[in-house]
Amino acid sequence: MAYLVLSNGKIFEGRRIGAPVDRVGELVFTTGMEGYLETLTDPSYFGQIVTHTFPLIGNYGVIEEDFEGKSALFGYIVRELCGHPSNFRSQYALNDYLVRQDIPGLCGVDTRQIVRITREEGVMNAMICDRIPQDLSALKAFRVLSAVQSVTCKEKKEYPALGEEKYRVALLDYGAKRSIIRSLQRRGCRVTVWPADTTAEALLKSDPDGVMLSNGPGDPKENVACIEEIKKLLGQKPLFGICLGHQLTALAMGGDTVKLKYGHRGGNQPVKDLTTGRTWITSQNHGYAVVADSLKGKGIETFVNANDGSCEGMAYPEKNCFTVQFHPEACSGPQDTGFLFDRFIDMMGGKDHA
Amino acid sequence: MPKNASIRKVLMIGSGPIVIGQAAEFDYAGAQACRVLRDEGVNVVLVNSNPATIMTDQHLADEIYLEPLNAETVRRIIEKERPDGLLAGLGGQTALTLAMQLSRDGTLAQYGVRLLGSPIEAIEKAEDREQFRDTMRRIGQPCVPSEIAETLTDALAAAQKIGYPVIVRPAYTLGGSGGGIAQDESEMKVIAQAGLDASPITQILVEKCISGWKEIEFETMRDALGNVIAVCSMENVDPVGVHTGDSVVVAPALTLSDKEYQMLRTASLKMIEAIGIVGGCNCQFALNPDSFEYAVIEVNPRVSRSSALASKATGYPIAKITTRIALGYTLDEIANDITGKTCACFEPALDYVVVKFPKWPFDKFHGSSRRLGTQMKATGEVMAIGQSFPEALMKAVRGAEISLDTLNAPAVSDADIFTRLAAQDDRRLFTVFEALKKGITPDEIFEITRIDRWFLYQLQGMAELETRIQKTGLMEGDYAQLKRLGYPDSAIRRLFGANDLPAWPFSYKMVDTCAAEFAAETPYFYSCPAGDCESRALKRSGKPVVIVLGSGPIRIGQGIEFDYSSVHCVWTLREMGYDVVIINNNPETVSTDYDTADRLYFEPLYAEDVMKIIDVEKPIGVVVAFGGQTAIKLTKFLDEHGVRILGTSAESIDIAEDRERFDKLLEQFGIRRPRGMGVRTLEEAVSVAEELGYPVLLRPSYVIGGQNMTISRTKEHTVAYMEKILAGGIDNPVLIDQYLPGIELEVDVISDGTDVLIPGITDVLIPGIMEHIERAGIHSGDSIAVYPPYNLNDVFLRKICDCSEKLALALGTKGLVNIQYLIYNNELYVIEVNPRASRTVPYTTMNYTLLK
Repeated sequence: MAYLVLSNGKIFEGRRIGAPVDRVGELVFTTGMEGYLETLTDPSYFGQIVTHTFPLIGNYGVIEEDFEGKSALFGYIVRELCGHPSNFRSQYALNDYLVRQDIPGLCGVDTRQIVRITREEGVMNAMICDRIPQDLSALKAFRVLSAVQSVTCKEKKEYPALGEEKYRVALLDYGAKRSIIRSLQRRGCRVTVWPADTTAEALLKSDPDGVMLSNGPGDPKENVACIEEIKKLLGQKPLFGICLGHQLTALAMGGDTVKLKYGHRGGNQPVKDLTTGRTWITSQNHGYAVVADSLKGKGIETFVNANDGSCEGMAYPEKNCFTVQFHPEACSGPQDTGFLFDRFIDMMGGKDHA
Repeated sequence: MPKNASIRKVLMIGSGPIVIGQAAEFDYAGAQACRVLRDEGVNVVLVNSNPATIMTDQHLADEIYLEPLNAETVRRIIEKERPDGLLAGLGGQTALTLAMQLSRDGTLAQYGVRLLGSPIEAIEKAEDREQFRDTMRRIGQPCVPSEIAETLTDALAAAQKIGYPVIVRPAYTLGGSGGGIAQDESEMKVIAQAGLDASPITQILVEKCISGWKEIEFETMRDALGNVIAVCSMENVDPVGVHTGDSVVVAPALTLSDKEYQMLRTASLKMIEAIGIVGGCNCQFALNPDSFEYAVIEVNPRVSRSSALASKATGYPIAKITTRIALGYTLDEIANDITGKTCACFEPALDYVVVKFPKWPFDKFHGSSRRLGTQMKATGEVMAIGQSFPEALMKAVRGAEISLDTLNAPAVSDADIFTRLAAQDDRRLFTVFEALKKGITPDEIFEITRIDRWFLYQLQGMAELETRIQKTGLMEGDYAQLKRLGYPDSAIRRLFGANDLPAWPFSYKMVDTCAAEFAAETPYFYSCPAGDCESRALKRSGKPVVIVLGSGPIRIGQGIEFDYSSVHCVWTLREMGYDVVIINNNPETVSTDYDTADRLYFEPLYAEDVMKIIDVEKPIGVVVAFGGQTAIKLTKFLDEHGVRILGTSAESIDIAEDRERFDKLLEQFGIRRPRGMGVRTLEEAVSVAEELGYPVLLRPSYVIGGQNMTISRTKEHTVAYMEKILAGGIDNPVLIDQYLPGIELEVDVISDGTDVLIPGITDVLIPGIMEHIERAGIHSGDSIAVYPPYNLNDVFLRKICDCSEKLALALGTKGLVNIQYLIYNNELYVIEVNPRASRTVPYTTMNYTLLK
């Protein structure tokens, strides 16, 4: 028997899976019913203990070609972990991966109750452990820090276009999912992935057709240097930001971000396009949101979450830039908003996106 | 887009009588639609030929026409009522076909009636095979190679071109009726001709057989603005080749990676967009288990049986939302009732597993082919919710009322296990389990059955645990593990000889559309063996609680009529100020709608499951009278556990059901019945039959719908019958009666214990008596019945009333009792008494209402 101890003192019992180590992290949940591999390997989960609300995880084992990046999450909580996967692409059981990647986890946990507590009290820290600690101060003191530095690439890397090369995109890697790169490659972009601390000057020197600001983990305000560089990039090249890229752009434009009570994580979030009135089902993974009011006069709010009204997208026409909070690259989740990449392509081709 | 204000009066077409492939789900869908229309202030004109439905209730529509569902009748109704709109997408294939006829013949245009929901062009694009394939080709969606044929010669040529085996699918038919798989030309000749005959337009589709691929379905929704969502994915445990209505189905799909899932989801949404669906729509795919190759099987441009399942599996009310969309609303304008805060433009997140298990009629029809194929054979289904596949499956099996509480089932034939595995019949799941217990590997079973290994591994885990515990006895942790896998205590005692089982309280979790991401206002519950209990934590109104037991899956003899009665019972109790809880496991019904009762438990109607709910709800009593034999069967158990039965007491129910006790009662009043006895052995049966004199009527007690009832004219027949019945094991005696070929009548009686009402008698002097046209021996459910009776003289009328009153009072009836009589040689006999609501209740109710 092992435990998940929450910083509010609540204790869940479960059985160990993955690496047999104790670890503290920020406890979050995702409601996606499929796509656990993409979740596990999404660098945006850095510092977090991820709980799956869907009870059966690991049904198709591990398929490495579906990975989104290197796992950065701190812990993994499921109700039931499948030991006998089945799929024509399945390579090995999920637990082997967790062990190899040094990710501790628990199964047999009342995951729904974790969600209810998080929903009522907000996101909190938790600890996976074999013995319940007497003193919760270390648990309470934990913060997700240096998130982007921990997951960004160390050196720049080139990804060729699939088919004929039409554009060259510079992607600032704050913890980028591979699907963002793939989405651009598929549309004829040669993608150069740059470390997060790359200066605007160095980036612009490579003379890309457009700049992509990726997703990534942590509190956006922590990335003071990145925000400064984005300020210099704005207006220089067509710019598209996703998730953390969206939040950093807002901060660079003088706007504000807030931490949500328990975030949006899953593949069923409705987002309303304020330009057309259409509502799209989107893939999401974020704990912070842009405060749209803080950008009045500086940008246009383009998308809102149809459930809670939070900001899901901004456009800065004067800067030739648009950003979204959700994940048009999907993986996991719905592919319905992939057209935003086409919009970015059009911008690089000189067409006005609005 | 807000509601279209020009729609003031809507004609709604129901689905008519229940047939295989089109059952109670359309009453559920239709009733939801009527309620939405009335909530929106729209005048509802309803036409349906089936009166045993909630939707034909007085307060669900403004005008109700109990008329045949054909173009001519509906045209006359349109002429008279002049509706602004026609809603046909919720009445199954019957309504949709009618709408198309009325559109084609110009009726709709002539009277300015707008077809609400999907436009006629969209319906045609989905229904017409040629147009459908053109549309799919245009958007790059792969179809199964196929050819359309309108003659036998064309059909044979097409099959030759595509290559055998081929599937024949007749156009415009229900549940694939008339179709089949042909392995060669000689088979093709028979199947193709049958298909052409079955199709109302003499057209069949000859299609490449892709049996063995995975069958995946998506329930989708689209509004007029183009917003699209996938409400639910479903995976058939049986591969393509078994009709989805005959397959065990899980929701959501459990064996797909995100890449496969999103590929098919995206395809679904592209398809309904290209077709131009407005409302709910079902998309079916075949997926090659060894690659990303897939093929579109079909699209149902309407609310279907799968929609009912998807609605109950997710909490997302597809019929309701479809109706709102038909009125002009867009998905983002419609609220999610369950959370009360979020909008309907989202995709439900499940944090549990749903298993659907079909209910087949083979137990009633010995000797008919149990083989499953492209033509649906199930009459109904049960749904179960659990936190794992085994748990949900075990709940489904014990809730299906097939005398099983585990996956261990006796074989139905002497054939060896491999032959039986290949048989593709209704017992296959149990045969697979038997094979796994015998040590046959999942790989071998997969090669024969093409059931995905994931399901086989899950079953293997159960089989191995059972085998081990049978060897070692229960060890520490085993009991908890068995409970997690969904084993009821009764099975644990029987299989493992374990007697001292600990008290194990169930927890109840919510179905809330959103995996607890948002607080729920109108959730429903399912049990799980551990964890926090959300039902106990729920704030109660403080009103006294009454539990109403539903009637389980639709089967021959126990259909939608019982759901009608259950729902009315719930409504009345709510009006009277009770906090009403319903327990039922049939996803096709109004009773399992989240807002019918105050609380719904989607659980098997099985002793242990019901008792655990009683422990939580602490009701002042339980109503068993409206749930058919399903609920009546539980009476004794509940009574023994100190649960108060509301209405007719457990004691009285036993008197009515117990042959000897009932005979004594009849003797007391000098009421005749065909002579007969209850027997338990073959020898007894033979001697009793001889004593009574052939022909005799043989049937087991405590069953419904004449299950296994037969008329025997010879000793050989009696012996053969008894051997078959005894082989299955019996708890209650077999009844043998004299067979008297007289006139049969049935009476529905209401009594409060002191007074008796035979509906109709007191105020309009026409008794609530139905006369059967066929003579006795034709089961009452198969007999044409006439109300009021057409050749009953006053003497018999008085006799029947008198006798009914005596019996009702003597039985201490509190509520309904159904008495079946026989008049033979000018003598009145009682055949049987059912101390509960019978299938005739909705008919009597509607007739009575009409006469008033």
